[in-house]
Parts: sequence; structure tokens; C-alpha cells
Amino acid sequence: MKIKKDIAVSDTGFIFNPVTGESFNVNSSGAAIIAYLKNGLNPKEIPAAMVKDFEVSETMAERDVQDFINMLMHYQLMEP
Amino acid sequence: MKKRKLTIALSGLNAIDSPGPGLAVARGLLESDKLDVQLIGLAYESMEPGIFMHDLFHRTYQIPYPSAGTDMLMKRLMEIHEKEKLDLIIPNFDAELFSYIKLEKALLAKGIHTFIPENDAFEERQKWNLPSFGKKYKLNVPRSKEIMVFSDFYKASVDFGYPIVIKGKYYDAIVAYNAEQAQSAFNRISAKWGLPIIVQEFIRGQEFNVTGLGDGKGNAISIVPMRKLYITDKGKAWSGISIGDENIIKLTRKFIKSTRWRGGFELELMKNEKGEFFILEINPRLPAWVYLAVGCGQNIPEALALMAMGQKVEAFQKYDVGKMFVRYSWDMIVNLDEFQKISTFGEL
Repeated sequence: MKIKKDIAVSDTGFIFNPVTGESFNVNSSGAAIIAYLKNGLNPKEIPAAMVKDFEVSETMAERDVQDFINMLMHYQLMEP
Repeated sequence: MKKRKLTIALSGLNAIDSPGPGLAVARGLLESDKLDVQLIGLAYESMEPGIFMHDLFHRTYQIPYPSAGTDMLMKRLMEIHEKEKLDLIIPNFDAELFSYIKLEKALLAKGIHTFIPENDAFEERQKWNLPSFGKKYKLNVPRSKEIMVFSDFYKASVDFGYPIVIKGKYYDAIVAYNAEQAQSAFNRISAKWGLPIIVQEFIRGQEFNVTGLGDGKGNAISIVPMRKLYITDKGKAWSGISIGDENIIKLTRKFIKSTRWRGGFELELMKNEKGEFFILEINPRLPAWVYLAVGCGQNIPEALALMAMGQKVEAFQKYDVGKMFVRYSWDMIVNLDEFQKISTFGEL
């Protein structure tokens, strides 16, 4: 599962879907999750990376990453 | 490269809250690097903002409403032609296209070119013909029915269910959630635009628009899709963004190829939850937001003018995705003598 390849994401967390014209703003944690996905990490590997880079417990990271990925799927920003 | 000099008359100078496309078309023509244009405005009312925008229009003339008939229009156009020596007319209103289609040959005989849809293509895409249009070209369109009296509405409401869309033959659309609202919409729209009224199935989903240009032989010269970002209470785009949906481009190519569309157009599309596109309306002229296409690298007004003059134009191959337009309003200060001239003499 990865971010659709034509989705544009800026360093500031601005996301643009060129197919639908929709745009979104995400906070720094969201931008980090997208960056992990863009760098080829699969969603299961992301919580561990979050624990390393942010002050967050693994349980919380797992839950938040799953929530965020669900949201990305809802807005059709992910491809299977 | 030497620019080709052309005197072009165009309508749609009503840059109001429900704007005509004239100013956007004018800007595209004036920014052309192939054309050196002198623009002549054709106005119906004396307070259309374009009349007073002398940086866009060299001169503006009032012309008779389409209801006055083609003879009156031809007579007025000949008066204007005598003074301005027109090369081309770009009509920008749905309601005036029928007259120009009728006058096409007579105008050409006088040296005035046009680049408008042929009569058959123009007629078969009319709102009241949309169901047979969809069937003929295998394009998804919402179910619709034309009605002349409100009593015919009830059958349509049973077939389509609520909400239901009530549309005027040229302009206006109101979504009604019950029979009472539908009757009020029927009365309001028919009083303004006449009959028939089109009752259309409501398609739930995301709206998209696309503008383009067909060469009349089935080839797409330009296609630029857009999603409205901000919509006024009249349903007009106040802001929009160019998008890169291949399905929309494919659908638009199919439309141009099967109808052999000649001239500019706008498709109003709805994408339902299953991702299927429905054509809600086919507007037989460029839209008011066509300057977005110019900004994205496809100067459709320029290409249309060149093709009208018989020049071969290569199809555009790309456009910028993610370019936005944001409309704005602007108060002009107009001297009374200018208003007096246009309202008394019909020209400025």
C-alpha cells in the first residue's frame, strides 16, 4: 500500500490530488507519515519509525498511523 | 514572427455575478503571440461592464436580442461591419448561437468568419434532447424529460424521485426537494426563459467541468478539465483549479469525436460514488472560466480564431495541472457621457 504516485506533497504538509483537484493540509506528524510512505516504508513499519523520530509510544503511534492511513484511503490518496 | 492582424467582434461582455465569457475570450485573444487583434464588443444591454473596458474593446455596439430575429441581427451586423471591417465573430451566448448558425453562410459571403457548431450537433445536445444524445453516442447522461405544463411534472417525479433538478431551456437550474419547490422553480424559470422546462434526475457526486475546442472533423484541439473550488449562490465558479483526470479527457475526446464538434464548448460533468461520469450539460460555447485554460498553456480563443480564419492549428499536447483561477469584482468609474453614448446611440 502506498501513496498514489501523482499526489504532490510539499515540505509544509500541503497535499494536492491532481486528478480530483482536492487539496489538504496535514500537521508535521501527518507530513512525516506521508514522507515514510513516499520513501517506501510499508504502513506496518511506520509506527516503529515514528517511535524513533518522535516522542511517542508504540501503541499510540500504531493507532495514530492506522487512523491517518484510513483517512488517506478515504480521500483516495492511497493505492492498494 | 509577424502577427496576423484581425478585427474580431465578440459578445458576452456581461462580467457580472453570473458572467458571460466575453472578457475571458478577449483576454486570450489579446495575449496571443500569433494574432494582433482589434476587438469589437457586441452588447445587449448598456451596462455590460465590458462596454466600458477600453483596454480590451476598441469599440462596442449594441445588438438586438435573439428574439428580434436573424434579419434584424444581420442588418445590425452589416452596419457594424461597414464601419469596422470585421474578420470574425465569436458569439459567446447559448441563446444567440442559433441565429449565427443560420447566418453563417451569409456572414461568410460578406467576409466575416465564424467557428461554431453545425446545426445538427448544436440541436442534438440541447438539454431537452440529452437522453437521445446519450443513447446515440453511448455517453452517460442523467434521465430527463421536457415538460410544457406543470401537470406533466408528477410522472417525472415518480420516475426520478427526489431531489430533482428543474432546468431552463438555456440557463438556470434549481434543485427541488418536493413538489411545492418544483412548482415554484417551474414558474420562476419558465417566466424568465420560457418553455420547455427540463426535469432532470439528480446525480449525487462531485461536479467537474471541462472546456475544449473541436476542429469539426472529430479531432480534439484542446481539452482542459477544471474543478470548481468556490461556488457563488448562483452556482457559478468563483474559483477553480485545473486537474489531470485522464477519464475526463478520454470522455471529452469521445464527445468531440462522435459529434465531430466544431468550435468551443464546455461540458458539465458529475462523477457519482461509483466513479462513473455523467454529462449534465453541453454548453456550445466557451465558458466564462476559459482564461484558466489560457493560463494553463492552451490559448483556446487564439486557436479558435486561427481555425475560423482557415489556418491549420496543431492540437495542444499538454497543460499545467494545479493552476487556479480566483475571480474578483472591481468597481469602474464611468463618465456619464459614455453611458449616454451607448444608451442613446447604441455604440461607444
